[in-house]
Amino acid sequence: MLKRTKLLAASLLACTVCLASASARDLVIVSNGGTFQEAQSNAIFKPFTAKTGIKVVEDTWDNGIGVIRTKVEGGDSGWDIVNAESEELEIACQEGLILPLDIDKLGGKDNYVPGAVHKCGIGAAIYNHVLAYDKTRVSAVPTWADFFDLKKYPGKRALRASPKTNLEFALIADGVPLADVYKVLSTPEGVDRAFAKLDTIKSSLVFWTAGGQPMQLLASGEVVMTSSFNGRVTNAINKEHKPFGIVWDKSLQTADSWVILKTSPNVDKAYELLKFAGEAEPQSHLPDVQPIGITSAKAVGMIKPELLADLPTAPDNNKDVLQINDAFWIDNIDTLTARWAEWSAQ
Amino acid sequence: MLKGQRGGMLRSYALIAPMFVFLLATFLWPVSMILWRSVSDPELRAALPATAVELSSWSGQGLPPASAYAALASDLVKVDGASLASLSRRLSYENPGFRALLQSTKRKLEAAPAGTTPDLVALDPQWGANQTWQAMKRAAGPVGVFHILSALDLRQNYETGIGPSRPGAALYRSIILRTFAIASTTAILALVLAFPLCAFLARQSDRVRNLLLLMVLLPFWTSILVRTTAWLALLQDRGVINTLLMDMGLIDQPMKLLYNRIGVITALVHVMLPFMIFPLLAAMRSIDPRLFRAALSLGATPFYAFRRVYLPQVMPGVMAGALMVFVVTLGFYVTPMLVGGPGDQMISYYIALYTTGTLNWGLASSLGLILLVITLSLYAIQNALLRRSGVGLR
Repeated sequence: MLKRTKLLAASLLACTVCLASASARDLVIVSNGGTFQEAQSNAIFKPFTAKTGIKVVEDTWDNGIGVIRTKVEGGDSGWDIVNAESEELEIACQEGLILPLDIDKLGGKDNYVPGAVHKCGIGAAIYNHVLAYDKTRVSAVPTWADFFDLKKYPGKRALRASPKTNLEFALIADGVPLADVYKVLSTPEGVDRAFAKLDTIKSSLVFWTAGGQPMQLLASGEVVMTSSFNGRVTNAINKEHKPFGIVWDKSLQTADSWVILKTSPNVDKAYELLKFAGEAEPQSHLPDVQPIGITSAKAVGMIKPELLADLPTAPDNNKDVLQINDAFWIDNIDTLTARWAEWSAQ
Repeated sequence: MLKGQRGGMLRSYALIAPMFVFLLATFLWPVSMILWRSVSDPELRAALPATAVELSSWSGQGLPPASAYAALASDLVKVDGASLASLSRRLSYENPGFRALLQSTKRKLEAAPAGTTPDLVALDPQWGANQTWQAMKRAAGPVGVFHILSALDLRQNYETGIGPSRPGAALYRSIILRTFAIASTTAILALVLAFPLCAFLARQSDRVRNLLLLMVLLPFWTSILVRTTAWLALLQDRGVINTLLMDMGLIDQPMKLLYNRIGVITALVHVMLPFMIFPLLAAMRSIDPRLFRAALSLGATPFYAFRRVYLPQVMPGVMAGALMVFVVTLGFYVTPMLVGGPGDQMISYYIALYTTGTLNWGLASSLGLILLVITLSLYAIQNALLRRSGVGLR
């Protein structure tokens, strides 16, 4: 009997604690962990708390629209701001899981680099799908046309095992101007053209799935050129001193964005943090540890030149790139993935 | 007395309760969720409720009645952006053009003067096509077979019956076949390698056997990812094997050992070998060696004695090991992904792709369901065969 009373008292106590914490909770921000979030924490979250006195609690996640759906389903479940990938941003915005943002409360559109402003999100980090090559075997800086030219540079090439990005690269190599890539790809003939271009190098293609594989394939000599995320190439060159080159021209750009969940009870505080995150001074510290593409237009000039040279948002790197069209991919991913699977397995 | 017995019963139930709850939470619940997801088709009914009712009563042939057009027009005006977005994604599984069609129709309907209902076919000729309405009917839910048929490359056509989802489509059927081919090849090769090894180990002293078994166990305790990556280093063009063979002058061109079926089977057999060795060794050790000698002394040839005396006794171990290797290999993901080419990816790769990559959970669940059904039937067949031959799995 005594035991039971104790148990009851304990659970009552636990409940008061949980009620107290639910009524007024701190601002919770969720990002992808690792050195990426560490950089964000040092450059943005901690200085923000120091400046405003608003406590920021950090959490991490591994992405997935299902997670956002679940978090929003039954009212507030403890998250306010989330670092989301571009497709999650697009779908969550369409489904009304996140709040449309008032860009004027975040410093205005001109405060940000192009491609960082979305109806429901504000750019947190920009990264590119670039062409990387082995300088010991590819003499001059290659283009996507060279990537698809087995005579000029014999040897295998690696591409990501997915139609997304590869169909774009194939059309670019086939001479389609960047501005027309998605227009062409929206027609059945355009898709056929992309696959026909991929057919020309199919015998020499290797496919990667995890982000670390492209640099391993280059380093082992398995391939002479590959597509890759820009950060991996920069790290291989700077930290591991590999003889690799990175091609920024005609690369595909995408952004992670900060979004505010529609169930957030801390919307005002969230806006304050996002406004601070968009300012030049905190952003200029983001690339200190990682080549994170910053989204503040003004911060670009404040970054050390040697760090700037490796960023997707450096003017030299950013002048000839294509934004990945997420709306296109959300509509077409199923039919094109099936076709890609059939094509690649043949 | 009776009371005490009942107390004992309750206690034993209480003892198995945690296990039961664990099974319920980690196995039965997720499996039933998969079953449900593969037949659930809720998006159209949520976005266009009146249209869904009309579509359910329509035969699917020709064009739907005028009442269906009216229901769609009134539903489209009322639907909110979020539901329309979910519906567009569901319909894009068949035709990526549906988002544009639905949204432009909605805009034109909203722009029409109040009180009038414009002709949908005049707004967009696609509304005058049977195929557009068939696609809507297939999604009318609340439950349907669209996802399961898709996972078999099939589609229900209300005019011509069930046919291929695209002309000549055989994507998922070939993936399922490929998965079973890889799993059975792995099981057979593992058996061929494990059988002589186990026969040798079974005859050693305990000390020697344990020492040798340690060599089997050490890689078994190593992460699969590490072992697979080690195969990358061995098999690649400038890897250990190719470099060695080229330096010895046996070959001039590197052999293609990686990103194809050879690489996948090699790595899988290595990873799965312990699953074969342990049941097989257990079966061989339990055999009385005198039976074999007795057969020989009674005039049997060694081959006859092996076939009629030795083999039937190790058969349960062979079956247990082969089944274990086969079933575990069916669900393999990381090894084929790292050492295989696009033609060597197994079904779990596509389940993962549709779960986390393209978010087509209906298709992912259906593929999972098909894998589950085929595996369970194979298990049932094997069990029935074993029971008929008089040996059970131990």
